[in-house]
Amino acid sequence: MITVSNLSKTYSGTTVLSIDQIDLQAGEIIGLVGNNGAGKTTFFSLLLDLIKPSTGYIENQGVQVNQSEAWKSDTAAFIDENFLIGYLTAEEYFTFIRGLRGVSAPDMEAFLEVFKSFFNEEILGNKKYIRDYSKGNQKKIGIAAAFIGHPKLVILDEPFANLDPRAQMQLQKLLKHFNSEEGVSLLVSSHDLLHVSEVCQRILILNKGNLVKDARTSEITLDQLRSYFSEEPTEEA
Amino acid sequence: MLATLFRLELKGIFRAPTWRQNLWMRIFIVFAILYFALIFLSLGFGAYFIIEKLELGEPFAVINRYLLYYLGFDIVFRYMLQPMPVTDVQPLLYQPLPKKLVVHFSLLKTFYSFFNWSHLLFLIPMTIVLISKGNETGATLLWALGVYVLLLANNFLNIIINQKTSVFIGVASLVVGTGVLQYFELYDFTLVTQPLFLSFYNSIWPVALVVLIAAATYYYAFTHFRGLMYLDTGLAKKTEKTIAIDQKYFERFGKLGLLLKNDVALIIRNKRARMAVFAGFFFIFYGLLFFTGAIEAYDGVYWRVFAGIFVTGGFLFSFGQYVPSWDSSYYSLLMTQNLTYVEYLKSKYSLIQVFTAVTTVLSSWYIIFGWDIFSYVLIGAIYNMSVNAAIVLWGGAYVRTKIDLTSSKKAFGDKNAFNYKSLLLTLPKIALPVGLFALVDNLAGTTAAKWSIVFISLIGLTLKPWVFKRVITIYKKEKYQTLKAYRS
Repeated sequence: MITVSNLSKTYSGTTVLSIDQIDLQAGEIIGLVGNNGAGKTTFFSLLLDLIKPSTGYIENQGVQVNQSEAWKSDTAAFIDENFLIGYLTAEEYFTFIRGLRGVSAPDMEAFLEVFKSFFNEEILGNKKYIRDYSKGNQKKIGIAAAFIGHPKLVILDEPFANLDPRAQMQLQKLLKHFNSEEGVSLLVSSHDLLHVSEVCQRILILNKGNLVKDARTSEITLDQLRSYFSEEPTEEA
Repeated sequence: MLATLFRLELKGIFRAPTWRQNLWMRIFIVFAILYFALIFLSLGFGAYFIIEKLELGEPFAVINRYLLYYLGFDIVFRYMLQPMPVTDVQPLLYQPLPKKLVVHFSLLKTFYSFFNWSHLLFLIPMTIVLISKGNETGATLLWALGVYVLLLANNFLNIIINQKTSVFIGVASLVVGTGVLQYFELYDFTLVTQPLFLSFYNSIWPVALVVLIAAATYYYAFTHFRGLMYLDTGLAKKTEKTIAIDQKYFERFGKLGLLLKNDVALIIRNKRARMAVFAGFFFIFYGLLFFTGAIEAYDGVYWRVFAGIFVTGGFLFSFGQYVPSWDSSYYSLLMTQNLTYVEYLKSKYSLIQVFTAVTTVLSSWYIIFGWDIFSYVLIGAIYNMSVNAAIVLWGGAYVRTKIDLTSSKKAFGDKNAFNYKSLLLTLPKIALPVGLFALVDNLAGTTAAKWSIVFISLIGLTLKPWVFKRVITIYKKEKYQTLKAYRS
């Protein structure tokens, strides 16, 4: 589904991301972990063609993301609040995305039903602009919107952050549901090793812009992940 | 302790995003401040001599008489323009600082405000002139002190009326009432206040009284804010009531309708956008300057073409030239959705056309000046809807100003004014139709000249796809730069 080749991003002499080669298969939930500044968001931004690679390229379903826009119809993302339209209500925002992705109104209702307990009655029917919602609820809106219209690939940056414990558990379920029932491939970054090891089938660890580990979740235990991040950061430099 | 807080405040001023963003803006702000400072200074130095020259009476007495106006306008301007102080003290609440100190600080820091120090630029030179003209030094200084303390009382009064509706109504009716009585010459309050202000010069007690009044306003503002230093009351972010928009109406236009609906919501629900539309609305009256012969220099027939374009082009100029900046806060979303540039541009283009049509209808009262005058309004509308609607989008493509929708401040950061490419594009927007009109007018007469603009508008309509293509090329070329600017 995604092929990364010889990719790097450099800002005035400092390389913030450098990945020689990755192939990500369709149908998987792939976790991206790493400390702040590891390059997770940079990688997502490159994948969404929001920034320009210094070298190399990314292919999404066979098209190079900065050459063609064909990937936009079946890729969706929620990275940060720049993906929300603050002056719309949650319903209006969903309607907007639904319209862009060509989903009918009845289908939309069925779709939102899946998110009912995740929303916890705090999102819909509130007559409130998105900019007036709490960070956690804004995140819920953004995550739900990313799944509208049966995308083949959904990219979520730190989806678990800012959510309350109950919502975190429900999000785990939702991600698994969309992956197994609807065949959505997912690319998820997180600081939370537990969530990643429970949800993802494959885990990539980034450190200072480099891919340092790429393992199937079945092969790497949570303890191994923990011990990796417990090491003193001397050797990596 | 207070000194540390003030140093923080200074950093806040100089590190403000609007200030840091670019050099042009800094130059512009500095010039604006210098300009106003110069006005105050020259008024301060010059007022005495102007009064003398116009033979309005004994200058010092005249100054005291009109001081009431000065104070009245001061409070009105403060109310309209001066930002409120207690907005960014929240981080201080978590520090081991007494709340009292925080409140004192936020009130005292208004002294930094242009609305307070600018008066000194007026008062100090005036005092110097007064003393040099033979007024007693000590008494004049006392007088100046009294006046300045009154201005400070205004400062705190303004803070109170911004918070308390009841006080606002009281002060507003007082100011309006005095103004009305004064304007219709029913009662001259200046005759009452003149001896009051003069008494600052003669005795220390009136000044002491004024100091007491200022202290009372300060104390009132202080207790008011002290009671508001909680996250859920005074410092709470207000949640707005939503304004419903009829979804169904827009749905029939498909994707275009979706985008248009968003734009309507954008305009209705965001201060900044509302202000732009409001400003555009005032362009309608701009024609009065040209069509009524109010200004002699504008009487020429070519100016009428110019006026026609402006009368109906208010929205186009005030809103259109900031496309796509209006969508800056969610540009990343638009860039990752399956939405083509053409669809996006078409929605903005239609929006501008609809608004121009509405403006034209609203301008139809120009017909009272006769059909000839009104025909220029129509010509302007036709040209705006066909040619300018597309060209303004072209100019907007070069503008990369992030717009904070919720802020009502007409940010000085509109660096658009300095973008030479946007400026160049005003040529086809205005100079081309005026020039063409002038040319044809000279060759074949006015009627032909009018039709020539209609004709060129039709040609412009066929060029729309070409302009769109150009705009899209620019959008694509500048995409990463634009995103960077919007996300910073």
